Amino acid sequence: MTNKVSAQPPASPCTPVGSGLSHKEAPINAQLTTTQRIDLLRQMVRIRRFEERTLRVYQQGKIGGFLHLYIGQEAVAIGSISLKGEHDHYITAYRDHGHALAVGMTMNECMAELQGKYTGCSKGKGGSMHYFAPDKNFWGGHGIVGGQTPLGAGLAFGLKYRGLKGSCLCYLGDGAVNQGAFAEALNLASLWSLPVVFVIENNGYSMGTSLARSSAATPLAKRASGYDMEWEVLNGANIYEVRARTWEAMQRAHESCRPTLLEMDTYRYRGHSMSDPEKYRDKAEVEEYKAKHDPINLLRADLLADGTLDVATAEKIDEEARAEADTAAKFADESPFPPPEEIFRYVYWETDHPEQRTSHGRLFFND
Amino acid sequence: MPLITYRQALNDALAEELTRDENVIIMGEEVAQFNGAYKVTEGLLERFGPKRIIDTPISEAGFIGLGIGASLLGVRPVMELMFWSFAYVAFDQMVNNAANVRYMSGGLMHCPIVIRGPANGGTAVGATHSHTPENFIANTPGLKVVCPATAYDAKGLMKSAIRDNDPVYVMENTILYNEKWEVPEGEYLVPLGKADIKREGTDVSLIAHGRAVITAIKAAEILQADHGISAEVVDLRSIRPLDEETILQSVRKTHRAVLVEENKPFCGVDAQIAFMVQDKAFDDLDAPIRRVSALDAPQVYSMPLEKLQLPDAHRVIAAVKTIV
Repeated sequence: MTNKVSAQPPASPCTPVGSGLSHKEAPINAQLTTTQRIDLLRQMVRIRRFEERTLRVYQQGKIGGFLHLYIGQEAVAIGSISLKGEHDHYITAYRDHGHALAVGMTMNECMAELQGKYTGCSKGKGGSMHYFAPDKNFWGGHGIVGGQTPLGAGLAFGLKYRGLKGSCLCYLGDGAVNQGAFAEALNLASLWSLPVVFVIENNGYSMGTSLARSSAATPLAKRASGYDMEWEVLNGANIYEVRARTWEAMQRAHESCRPTLLEMDTYRYRGHSMSDPEKYRDKAEVEEYKAKHDPINLLRADLLADGTLDVATAEKIDEEARAEADTAAKFADESPFPPPEEIFRYVYWETDHPEQRTSHGRLFFND
Repeated sequence: MPLITYRQALNDALAEELTRDENVIIMGEEVAQFNGAYKVTEGLLERFGPKRIIDTPISEAGFIGLGIGASLLGVRPVMELMFWSFAYVAFDQMVNNAANVRYMSGGLMHCPIVIRGPANGGTAVGATHSHTPENFIANTPGLKVVCPATAYDAKGLMKSAIRDNDPVYVMENTILYNEKWEVPEGEYLVPLGKADIKREGTDVSLIAHGRAVITAIKAAEILQADHGISAEVVDLRSIRPLDEETILQSVRKTHRAVLVEENKPFCGVDAQIAFMVQDKAFDDLDAPIRRVSALDAPQVYSMPLEKLQLPDAHRVIAAVKTIV
C-alpha cells in the first residue's frame, strides 16, 4: 500500500486562491449544477450567520455553559457533507453546529437547544456540544475530546456488518489526535478494514495550545501511516478541494471498505469558546486569515468570477441567512423551557416505553 | 434437572441469543480463536463464525467505543472484558457515551449493548485485577448492572441483558465459573431487577449480591446448625434496577439485616441498601443494620491475607451475633 499526500504540496489556508482550480475541475465538482454551486455558498453563509447570531444570544446571557463557534471552518462541514449518500453517516466533537446545519438540521431547533428550550433538537438535554439527528445520519455532537472517534469506527463497523455500502465521516480537532481513544480507533479501523473517513479539522489550536506545543510531529495525518492507512493533508478553506479529496476517501470506503485519515487545514476566527481571551495568538494572524483565506469569500469570489453568481444574489443569500438566524433566535426566545418532569425522560429506553418494560424494580433513586 | 457450571450457563445464554438474533455479536480479547480467557465463549467461533465472534486487540476504549457506535445502527454487541478491572481504561466510553447518548439526544438514540466479564477478588491476582465496580456503574443513571451468583441466574440474566434496549453491564466471578448448579434445559429468562430469596429464614436477613450470596448461604447454614438462628438470604441479582420490595419484605419479616458484599465498604452498594432500609423500614428494625464487606484496602496479593480481606461465613456469623 502506498501512503501519499496530495498531488499538490501539502496545502494550508495560506495557499493562494487560484490553487483550488484543479480541484474545481475534478469530476465531483465539475458535475455540479449552477444551483448546486450557489447552494454550497448558501449553506456556508447560513452557518456563518447562525454562529454570529448565537454569539449575540450568548452575550445576552441566554446560553448556558459553553459555546464553540465554527466560524472560519465552514467549507469543511459543507464540502464533505454535500457528498452525502443514503448510507453515509457523520459524527463529530463539540464544535458541532456547522455539521448539524450541513446535514439539514434547522436553525430553529439548534438555536432553541442552545437556550435549553423544549423545542431544541435534544429537547434541552444536550446543549451546544450535543446536537443529534439520527434521521439525517448525524450521530452527534460529542463533548469529550476524541471520545467520538471509536464511535465513528463503530458506525462504520455497523454499516459493514449489515452489508450496506456507505461510510462514516468522523470529525475531530487537532487536539484530539493526542487522545488514546483516537489511536485505538485508527488501529481498529485499519485492522478490520472499516469504511470510515477520519477528518482532522486542524484549526491550529487545541483550546489555547498551538499545534507546535501539543503535537510532536506534523503533518498530523501522517500518523495514519503507522496503521497502514491512506492519509492526506488538504486545504480546508477551499470547498472544491474538500469535496474532491473527501469524495476520493469516501469512494475508498464505499468500494474497498478501507479507512482514510484526512487532515484539513482550517482556522477558527473566534476563541475556543466564549471564555477565551485569545492571548495565545496575534490579532494580525486572525485578520490575515479573514482577509485572504476565508472559505466563504473564496467560493463567493470564484462564483462571481466565473459568472455563476451576481452580486445581488450574493447579497440576497446573506440577507436571507441573517433573517433565518434572527427568526431562529426569536423562535428560541418564544419557546418554553422543558417541564421539570423532563429530567427523568430519556434516561432509559425502558422507562420511556413502560408498556414494553421487561425489568422489575427501581431504576431511579431519588430522595 | 441437569447440573451445569456457571461458565456453561453463560455460554448457553450467549449461544441461544446468537441463534435467536443475527444482530447479536460477541467481541473481546481472546473470545474467538482462544475460546475465551476463561472459556466462557468456548466453541462459539466454530458455531457462529468470525463475522459474529470477533477477537479484538487489547484496546478496551477502542472496541467498547466501537461497539457503542455499532449499536446505534442496530448491532447488539456483547463485549467481554477479560476482567472488569480493565473497564477503567474504557470508562469514558462506558460511562460518558453509552450512558448518556440517549439522554443527551432527547431520546433520539438508544444503546443496546452488554459488557460482561468477571469482577472479583479472591484469586491472588493483585489489586489491579481485583476490582468490583458495580457501585461505580450503579452510580450512573442510564446504565444497568447485574451480578449473578448462580448458574441459573447467570444464564437467565445474561439473556435478559442481551434483549434489553439499554446498556447492561454484567459482572461475573472467576471463582464461580466452575461451580455447578441445577439449570433447566430449554429457554428461560430471569428479569432484571428481581431479587431472589435463596434461603428462607425468620430471624435475620442476609442481603448480598454476587459471590457474597454463596458466603451468606454458608453462614446461614452454620447459623441454623450451630446457633439455632434462622437466617434468610436475599440475593439482589440485579443492582440497578434494584428490587426494593423484596428487600423490604424480608426485613419486615426478620426485623434485622446484615448486608454482605465483596466490594470495598465506602460508598458501596450496601451503603445505598442500608440507607434505603432505615428510610423505609425504620420501625420494623429491631437492631442496627450491620455490614460485612471486603476489608478497606487495595486488594492484597498474599493468599492467606486476601482470604481474610474478603467476607467469609465466620465474619457474617460474627456480625449476625451482634444483633440477634
